[in-house]
Amino acid sequence: MATQRASAATRETYGRTLLTMADEHPDIVVLGGDLNVSTFVHLWRDQYPERFFDFGPAEQNIVGVAAGLAAAGKVPFVSTFSVFGTGRPYDQLRVLVSQPSLNVKLVCTHAGILTGEDGMSAHGIEDLSLMCALPSFTVITPADAPETEQAVRAIASTRGPVYVRLPRAATQIVHENGYEFEIGAADVLRPGGDVCIIAMGSLVAPALDAADSLAGQGIDARVVNLHTLAPADEAAIIAAARETGAIVTAEEHYVHGGLGSVVAGVVARNQPAPIEMVALHGYTSSGPANELMEKNGLTSAGVEAAVQRVLKRKG
Amino acid sequence: MSARIIIPFYTAGDVLAVVNQPLQTVEEMRATSLQLRRDSLEMIYGAGSGHPGGSLSEIDILVALYFGVMRYDAEDPAWPDRDRFVLSKGHASPGFYTTLSMAGYFGREELSSYRKTDGLLQGHAHPMTPGVEMNSGSLGMGLSFALGHALAARLDGKDYRVFALLGDGECQEGEVWEAAMSAAHHRATNLTAIVDRNRIQNDRFTDEVMTLEPLADRWRDFGWNVVTCNGHEHAEVLRALQTAAEGGPTAIIANTVKGKGVSFMENNPAFHGRAPNAEEYEAALKELA
Repeated sequence: MATQRASAATRETYGRTLLTMADEHPDIVVLGGDLNVSTFVHLWRDQYPERFFDFGPAEQNIVGVAAGLAAAGKVPFVSTFSVFGTGRPYDQLRVLVSQPSLNVKLVCTHAGILTGEDGMSAHGIEDLSLMCALPSFTVITPADAPETEQAVRAIASTRGPVYVRLPRAATQIVHENGYEFEIGAADVLRPGGDVCIIAMGSLVAPALDAADSLAGQGIDARVVNLHTLAPADEAAIIAAARETGAIVTAEEHYVHGGLGSVVAGVVARNQPAPIEMVALHGYTSSGPANELMEKNGLTSAGVEAAVQRVLKRKG
Repeated sequence: MSARIIIPFYTAGDVLAVVNQPLQTVEEMRATSLQLRRDSLEMIYGAGSGHPGGSLSEIDILVALYFGVMRYDAEDPAWPDRDRFVLSKGHASPGFYTTLSMAGYFGREELSSYRKTDGLLQGHAHPMTPGVEMNSGSLGMGLSFALGHALAARLDGKDYRVFALLGDGECQEGEVWEAAMSAAHHRATNLTAIVDRNRIQNDRFTDEVMTLEPLADRWRDFGWNVVTCNGHEHAEVLRALQTAAEGGPTAIIANTVKGKGVSFMENNPAFHGRAPNAEEYEAALKELA
């Protein structure tokens, strides 16, 4: 039986958090591309119209203008859907933002497959791979609303390019009051010595549920929320491999270039251990979000099965 | 160090003595352009690669900007009130670097570091070089970036101007028109786009690759003021830039000759992106004497 938790849409948290920073950060400007209600930056648009610029769905231009604003000392937050904000202006992100390491904050919503019914083109399953391939970018996937609020505040005060990945649907709240988010520092949600589940975003709550179920079978699973994929907390990943000897990664992203790939690279270079990856293995079709998650094994049962597999491979 | 002087708009033919900024007469500009053409070819010959054609076509525009119009302090490249110049056609960096060096951003000796390992001057202009605002090398991006600066000026209550130099072949990039549409929408009056209309792009003549005409009408239709000039006559470029100062966004279509100043490079697509050999280099220098 999965733990009952409250849920909240992190994109709404993002929009509301931005508003609270307007006075504290007078250099923040917000750029949108005709999806401002969906990304919740319409709250900012309506309150600070002189510090908001709409460009319509012209993502290359949006990123280019953001780079110019950043070079002139502004802190531009760019928001659209992840499929449009990463793939479409990828060359601008590479040449104008990453290579000169400009202070652009790209906060995209509707990432992953929780866009369900909208179908394949709306499913953002490649964004982490794209963004982790840009050396200057910090890449963050908050798991829930409290973490989103802290992450948005943290990136506003940190210089350099950042990508933040948020889903459309509400995600379960896994953090209690008093949680302290730090960019690049893995968040160990549950101790454990038999296996380590390293999860991200919408898979953090299912990972905790899987750990609960495994505990009933006498398996002591550690759960780590790796909210920052770049720069990844290599020490936490190496410690997990050394102390548990078996790792499962869980992410709502294509298996290549996301969480599993990053963790596998760190483990292979430093502390070899068997790894199983819960991730998407290709495109998926239209359907309700929960059905798509089931169909693709992105559930607590899917994580639990991966733990059983990796334990068989453990030396 | 002396205080900066805010220069009133320069009228061709006037001589204004200023601190930190080498203003020139049109007569002096002609000599400067000749010098920068020689220096650009020396850089490209020394590196064994580079883009001579577009450097030679843009130089008179750059000289008019840097020695007649723009407000800057070469000793403080990040001066917040400076006018911004954005080289969108970043492959034409030799013409830009020689201009920056002449303007005082770095010493002439740096020109030999062009395209060399650990050198200051990258193949395509990068902001690691003093005076370079934008990373470049992928076409179509400069106008968006310049618009960002132009909007920042408004947010900060500053009166600096922003100039972006685009290639004509570059106007085949969709982002140019996204930026053009949005600059008019957001009323970026302090923004000027200059198109180096040399009629040749990487492979061949622009007309053969993709029709650009009616280019002036296209900019006009996107909500811009448009001025056309001879991009090799400094006085004409200065007048166009003065018109642009009266309110924009303004596009200046500067009609130029690719490879200007060297007979066998002029209107020759082969010299868009290849260095001269020893014989060609010697012959070119003789023509630019």
